[in-house]
Amino acid sequence: MSSAFSAINTVQRPPHASVSQENPSVRSSLPFLGSTHKLRPNSLHKNGASIRRQSSIVAVSDVVKQKKTKSSSSLPNLLITKQEGLVLYEDMILGRAFEDMCAQMYYRGKMFGFVHLYNGQEAVSTGFIKQLKKEDCVVSTYRDHVHALSKGVPARAVMSELFGKTTGCCRGQGGSMHMFSREHNVLGGFAFIGEGIPVAAGAAFTSKYKREVLKEADCDHVTMAFFGDGTANNGQFFECLNMAALWKLPIIFVVENNLWAIGMSHLRATSDPQIYKKGPAFGMPGVHVDGMDVLKVREVAQEAVARARRGDGPTLVECETYRFRGHSLADPDELRDPAEKAHYATRDPITALKKYMIENNLVEEAELKAIEKKIDEVVEEAVEFAEASPVPVRSQLLENVFADPKGFGIAPDGRYRCEDPKFTEGTAHV
Amino acid sequence: MWGIIRQKVGTGGISAPSMQRIRPAVSAWRSYSSSGKEMTVRDALNSALDEEMSADPKVYVMGEEVGEYQGAYKITKGLLDKYGPERVVDTPITEAGFAGIGVGSAYYGLRPVIEFMTFNFSMQAIDHIINSAAKSNYMSAGQINVPIVFRGPNGAAAGVGAQHSQCYAAWYASCPGLKVLAPYSSEDARGLLKAAIRDPDPVVFLENELLYGESFPVSAEVLDSSFCLPIGKAKIERAGKDVTITAFSKMVGYALKVINLRSIRPLDRATINASVRKTNRLVTVEEGFAQHGVGAEICTSVIEDSFGYLDAPVERISGADVPTPYAANLERMAFPQVEDIVRAAQRACFRSVPMAAAA
Repeated sequence: MSSAFSAINTVQRPPHASVSQENPSVRSSLPFLGSTHKLRPNSLHKNGASIRRQSSIVAVSDVVKQKKTKSSSSLPNLLITKQEGLVLYEDMILGRAFEDMCAQMYYRGKMFGFVHLYNGQEAVSTGFIKQLKKEDCVVSTYRDHVHALSKGVPARAVMSELFGKTTGCCRGQGGSMHMFSREHNVLGGFAFIGEGIPVAAGAAFTSKYKREVLKEADCDHVTMAFFGDGTANNGQFFECLNMAALWKLPIIFVVENNLWAIGMSHLRATSDPQIYKKGPAFGMPGVHVDGMDVLKVREVAQEAVARARRGDGPTLVECETYRFRGHSLADPDELRDPAEKAHYATRDPITALKKYMIENNLVEEAELKAIEKKIDEVVEEAVEFAEASPVPVRSQLLENVFADPKGFGIAPDGRYRCEDPKFTEGTAHV
Repeated sequence: MWGIIRQKVGTGGISAPSMQRIRPAVSAWRSYSSSGKEMTVRDALNSALDEEMSADPKVYVMGEEVGEYQGAYKITKGLLDKYGPERVVDTPITEAGFAGIGVGSAYYGLRPVIEFMTFNFSMQAIDHIINSAAKSNYMSAGQINVPIVFRGPNGAAAGVGAQHSQCYAAWYASCPGLKVLAPYSSEDARGLLKAAIRDPDPVVFLENELLYGESFPVSAEVLDSSFCLPIGKAKIERAGKDVTITAFSKMVGYALKVINLRSIRPLDRATINASVRKTNRLVTVEEGFAQHGVGAEICTSVIEDSFGYLDAPVERISGADVPTPYAANLERMAFPQVEDIVRAAQRACFRSVPMAAAA
């Protein structure tokens, strides 16, 4: 069994520890620019292998654990079927190709403002969101293109939105950081980190309310909140961990720990960098998973979603992942150690999945190439569509501020006041 | 609590002479109502919440002490017993968290009424009120509307100090995407709260703690469960012919002839301008700070639309430009009193006497 997909319980050696052992000269020659070399030995020394092995998995079911032990024997018990594998592969390739195209378009001036790309983190989006139904909700931060794509928003709608065209998913009014889709239940796209977490908890509250108060017995919709390591220090995160556990909301908190919040290393910003430990402090399971391995992510996601659907409440999942590009397309990305980037580049989730599927004879290489070609065409078509689309007309500026067309409210008969022909410009003497 | 408010009103917020001014005004209006029934603002709000919750099961109330405590100011009294803890939700002390939960639940189909114990606490949640509630319909191009109401007492109470006394009308009213309502009487409270709960957009509903205990006459129409007032329309409490005075919330009670704005956003510029075109003079009254306040907006609106009709400079009466002091006499000086309004009206009326008329 390939080593990239070893059992979840196995210790993940801290990446910097391994880097420094492989290339000691690198460590001493680089100045301390927020890199973690000097901090790692102090902060993580006591959090050695044994502690992580004991406390990392709280929610993975025994069935999964059995599968793991079986698979370490000579006959591998495959984690996915071919169909599932192809779905995962296609989704990750779509995410990667789309984001690469965004970078190209940005440097050509078609896209503007803040654009935050997701390269390298595809396993988290695919692994989690592909477990959801259409009615389940996803809430994200500004790094939301791929979350929207995984949830089902068409690539052309996202690309047009990024170009600021009126055919975008938000008619060009939202932009890169504010992807909304009522149809696919993508509830944003928020620029403020931490803002999406209470909103996600609210959507989960609605699911629970629909089941308990409105008596829609089959309403088991779950919500996933995606956010980063920097957000895990924000007050709203803790407020929502508390309330979600208190009220057993059907929500999954997915921490995409890519170790960097713009230029602030996670270790410099956090008193206890092991984010998954914050779950049990509030009364929910805290799970740590290798976020560069879509199969492991998928298993944890299945368990967490099943937990939420059953009504057992929230789960906090920390995915150790990495973004290959800078924080945004405007970020020169000078603070991160090139050795660290190189290390994670070898753990690219797409190549890992490809390797797994080919080695286990699930697919032929040609089939994967066909998928890549298909996705390239999809992304090309999205760009052409976006280029050809019109910019918003002038009158669109003042539209959609309110759902209520003139802002006068609802009349006793339930219709908008402004629709009533007798509603004059007079005063409030109704 | 009633007794304490009465006492504080007597000594702190509203001075005794002005209390006497308010009373006659109310009893003068009494003769205009068709039924003899009176209702406190507290009961008006409670009955509005009760009726809207019973009419639509998607409406729920969330906030600190709204359930078992029966409401910090008893506005939600009796609702927990009637509707249960799933619909009257007591929260931990997490304004940002529960305001955001309210917004998220509104995104996904419910109609929350979020109570802030005072709007001063809403500052901990203002990110959600503005960024995830007000802006969402626009950012999503109409896909996601947010039928949420944020309500609670706003402005000064009596002797509660600087951090509990600010008026937030101007702050919220400057933001597109929000509707901001400020009721005065029980009729306003009932009608506007019902309109706010039924509304598909986020509404900031600014009540006033000192008005909760005040009684006002209500007609049979107001007591009907389908009653609701339009948003964006001011009410002329009584038309003056010499000067237009605009006010909202508690300040409405300080003047006999006044335009009760009721809605700060959208502002009823049409009514205000029409009135100024008749009287030619304007005095705006508010409790909040002068700079960038509601009065500033009204004055500018009138100058833009009705400049030629003005016979005197516009006058703004507002709170003193200081954080609210605690000492009772200083606090009294920090907020407009009836004498201030009278003086301003006089200045507006006598300041410009056309030379031709004098000659």
